Order: sequence, then structure tokens, then C-alpha cells
Amino acid sequence: MRLPPTRTQKKERFAAFVFLLPNLLGFLLLTAFPVVASFGLSFFDWKLLDRPSFAGLANFRELLSDSLFWKSTLNTAVFVFAKVPLTIVIALFLALVLNRKLIGRNLFRTIVFLPVICSAVSVALIWQPLFDQSSGLLNAIVRYFGGKAVPWLSSTKWAMASVIGVAVWKEIGYAMVIFLAGLQGISRTYYEAAEVDGANVLQEFLHITVPLISPTTFFVLVTSVIAAFQVFDLTTVLTQGGPGNATNTLVMYIFQSAFRNFRMGYASALSLALFLIVLALTLAQNRSSKGWVQE
Amino acid sequence: MRDQYRITGALAVGLAIVLVSAVILVPLAWAGGLSLKSYAEVIKDVSNPFPKVPRFQNYADVFKAIPFFSYFLNTVYIAAACCAGTLLTSSMAAYAFARLKFPGRDALFLVYLATLMVPRQVTLIPNFILFRMTGLIDTRLSLVLTGVFTAYGTFLLRQFFLGIPKELEEAAIVDGYGYSRRFASIILPLAKPALTTLFIITLLAIWNEYLYALVFINSDRLRTLTLGLAIMRGDFDVQWNLVMAATVLAILPLLAVYVFLQRFFIEGIALSGIKG
Repeated sequence: MRLPPTRTQKKERFAAFVFLLPNLLGFLLLTAFPVVASFGLSFFDWKLLDRPSFAGLANFRELLSDSLFWKSTLNTAVFVFAKVPLTIVIALFLALVLNRKLIGRNLFRTIVFLPVICSAVSVALIWQPLFDQSSGLLNAIVRYFGGKAVPWLSSTKWAMASVIGVAVWKEIGYAMVIFLAGLQGISRTYYEAAEVDGANVLQEFLHITVPLISPTTFFVLVTSVIAAFQVFDLTTVLTQGGPGNATNTLVMYIFQSAFRNFRMGYASALSLALFLIVLALTLAQNRSSKGWVQE
Repeated sequence: MRDQYRITGALAVGLAIVLVSAVILVPLAWAGGLSLKSYAEVIKDVSNPFPKVPRFQNYADVFKAIPFFSYFLNTVYIAAACCAGTLLTSSMAAYAFARLKFPGRDALFLVYLATLMVPRQVTLIPNFILFRMTGLIDTRLSLVLTGVFTAYGTFLLRQFFLGIPKELEEAAIVDGYGYSRRFASIILPLAKPALTTLFIITLLAIWNEYLYALVFINSDRLRTLTLGLAIMRGDFDVQWNLVMAATVLAILPLLAVYVFLQRFFIEGIALSGIKG
């Protein structure tokens, strides 16, 4: 049997309502409701200037046979699956190095973190001249070692690799800082015991550090995959998706569909596809985590 | 033997650190160098970052070539409003979720959690339509509103509030403190690390935001720094020396904040990993 609320309970409920109200109002109106609206919109054909007309599953059918959708999804997947592991490996290595007592440790940490505070737009601008085919720094280095100038941003073969390189450059500082915090949570006693048993550095790394840092690795992995799938700024400014859509990403395609072609319904369907991909990957990682993440 | 390994190991580590630092710093220094070259020098050769005579005039020219100062003010305005708004509304909501009992609390929190995984691009289109209908398109307010009410802030702070011992508040109840006084004088001071984290994350995200600004803003005078930079890049004949000077100017304010509050930046980001 449910009792009617007492006076103190009523007071508490009222307080909760007041505390919650400002955030809840904005959250419902600008986040929760739009998620539902986006789902609804994807069943409509809407050019923004005319009236929306119900289209059933037409947007989704079109999406499945849209080669540009597949192309940009594939590009994004390549970007994610190269950038995230590279970032994690380099960042973990740097965190391990910095976790020791070292002269200039703080200075080095400050330096590696610098690109994290720069916008992706400014990072793209900073790198652009370095990629210049005839007189950029990278090709100066390539030529110094006797190689032939590489068309970094203008060939379909190299453009994506260049974008990935810049993205890794920008993100390692972030992952490194998270890893450092994780490493500091591992008790010294494990390593001391291992040293007594005569374990070498590699054995310590594989049997102590890797398992004990796994919750942090999992956190970095999940958040980086979600963030990387939304890549837009970097590719928009650095390559404009080119050459020939070689670096066009899924979010760029959503943007183009909605705000260049003004197809609100179709763009919503595309954004739902993005959501489903991110959701599926997150669930898969969560599932696999039982195999490799220590509690 | 073991000492020899130690020495080679230390050398290898030192070398790796110097190499990584160089890879991070050289592109940044390059941009600084290019920003001081004359236009004629840049056209001739972008591979050389050393100007014959440093041309500091470029930095003044940026303000003439584009309305840089209004871009800067717009970004400051939006970032300040978003940080203040997020800290205030998220901490209040987080207090309700962490400490107060009300019907439907857990279900509602689950809705917050569920939206954490939804990419911002999903809500972008309905937000655009909503703002178009309400006349908020092409206003700074549109960027403030979409920046303030994130589920992430509420989630982060709620997790932190849950870790604050309840006993501290119980003593205050005995003293006759109401909810708002307990929130303001007990919870908030203890939650400083989490509030700092949220502040830093919001500041970085909003200062560097591009997609929403690109969609919502049309007028030149309302553009943010990232929009202004990207548009300079898109010009038919790009003056790379000025683009680089503008880029340096856009990074500089955050860089200054970072250098002075470095510990908070790094510890703040680290905390997001532990609590998140």
C-alpha cells in the first residue's frame, strides 16, 4: 500500500523540482526532444521551404543504395580504426615514460598537451603549409632522405593517412593524461613483488601494467571511438573531404545533405545511421570488455 | 650488465621524449614563423619559417583584414555564458539526482544517461529547425543554449556528489540548514575538483566548437573565432602569413589560461577519466 507523501517528503519533492527545473527544461527541449524529432524526421521528405511530406521508409531505402553514404562511412571507419589504436599505443608509451621520475617531466607533459587546447580548425591550418607538395616541410624531409615528393593532401592514396596523422598529433596529449592518472592508481607493491621474483621490464609491463590499466584503456577506447566517428572540423578545413571524396566523412555528408542540399529528412536518416553505428560499436566494446578489462 | 641496460634504456627514453617534443613543437613553431613573414616571402617559399625581418605588422593587419576583434568577443561571450550556465544548472540538477528523493528519479536519470551516447549531430538538425521557427538562427544565444544543457555535466557532477559523505549534510540539517544552503555551503565547496573539470571541458569544447557555429551563424559580425579562421582559409587567394597570425591570435588566449592554470587543466582532464 502506498502512503500519501508526508510534509517533509512534499518539501523534498518541491526542492528537487526547483533544483532540477532549469537543466531539465533545457535538456528536454534541446537534447531529449530533438532525438525523438530526428527519428520522426527521418520518415519525411522535407526541403525546408516546402511542407514536409511523409515518405515512409524511402530515406532508409535510398541510404542503403547511396554510394556516397557507404563511401563516407567507410572513410570514417578507416579514420577511426587507424587513429584510435595509434593514439592509444603512443599515449600509453608516453604515459609509462612520464610515470617515472624524470628531469623535465612537467615540461614534457605540458608540451604534449598543447595541441589538445587548440581547435581542430586551427590545427588543420597549422598543418596545411607543412603538407605543401613543392615546398612543405614534410617533403623537404622526404627529399633530404632521397625520396620523391609526396602529394600528401592531393592524392587519394595519401590524403586519409595525412588526416589520420594530424588527428593523432592532436589527441595523444589527451589520452596520455588519462593514462597517467590510471597509472598513478596502480600500487607500487605489485612492481616490488615482481622485482623480487626477477621479472624484467617487459614482463612487468605485460603482466602488471596492461591488466591493471585496462579499465582506463577501456574508457579511452570507448570515448575515442565515439568522438572519432564524429570527425568533421579537421577534414572540412584540411581537405574539404577531397580529393574526390577520399576524406569525406559521415558527419560531413550529414552536413552536406542537410545544409547544402536542404534534405532534412534524408540527413536525419543519415544521422540515425551514425547513431546506430556508434551504439553498436559501444555495445560490442562493452561486451568484449568482460574478456580483457579487470574490475 | 644491469647498469648497462639501465643506461641504454634511459638514453632511448630520453631520445624518444626529445623526438616526440620536436614533432609536437615544430608545427606550432612553424606557424609562428610563417605568421611573421611578408606576403611576398610566403608566396615564394612556405617551407622556410624564418622571415628575413620579422613582420609584426601582420598581427595588426589581421584586425584590418577581418573583424577579428568581434570574432574574439563573440567567442568569449559564448564560452563565458556556456561555462557559467553549465556549472550552475548541471550542479543543481546533479544535486537533485544525487541527494533528493522524488518519484521517477531513476527513470529520468536513465533518460539523461541514454542521451550521453547520442552524437551531437543527431540533435543538430531538429535544433536548427527549432531555432529557425523561433527566430534564434543567427544569434549568439543559439550557441549558448545548445552549449549549456548537456547531459554530460549533470552526469559527471552527480557521480562526484554521490561520493561526498552524507554525514556532512546531516550535521547541517541538525543546524537547521535548508536544501539551498546545504547545496551552496557544503556540496559546492567540496565539489571543486569536479566543477573545475566541467569548467575546463566546457571551455575547451565551446572555444573550439565549429560545426554548430557553422550551421547557426550567418552574419559576419556574429562569427566565432573558428568560423572566422575557416573562412579566411577558404578565400580565393589565401594570405598564409595573415592566416597564421590569426591562428596564433585565436590560440593565444586559451594558451595563456592553460599556462597559468596548467595544473587544473591536466588534473581536470585526468579526473574526467576516473569519474567518467
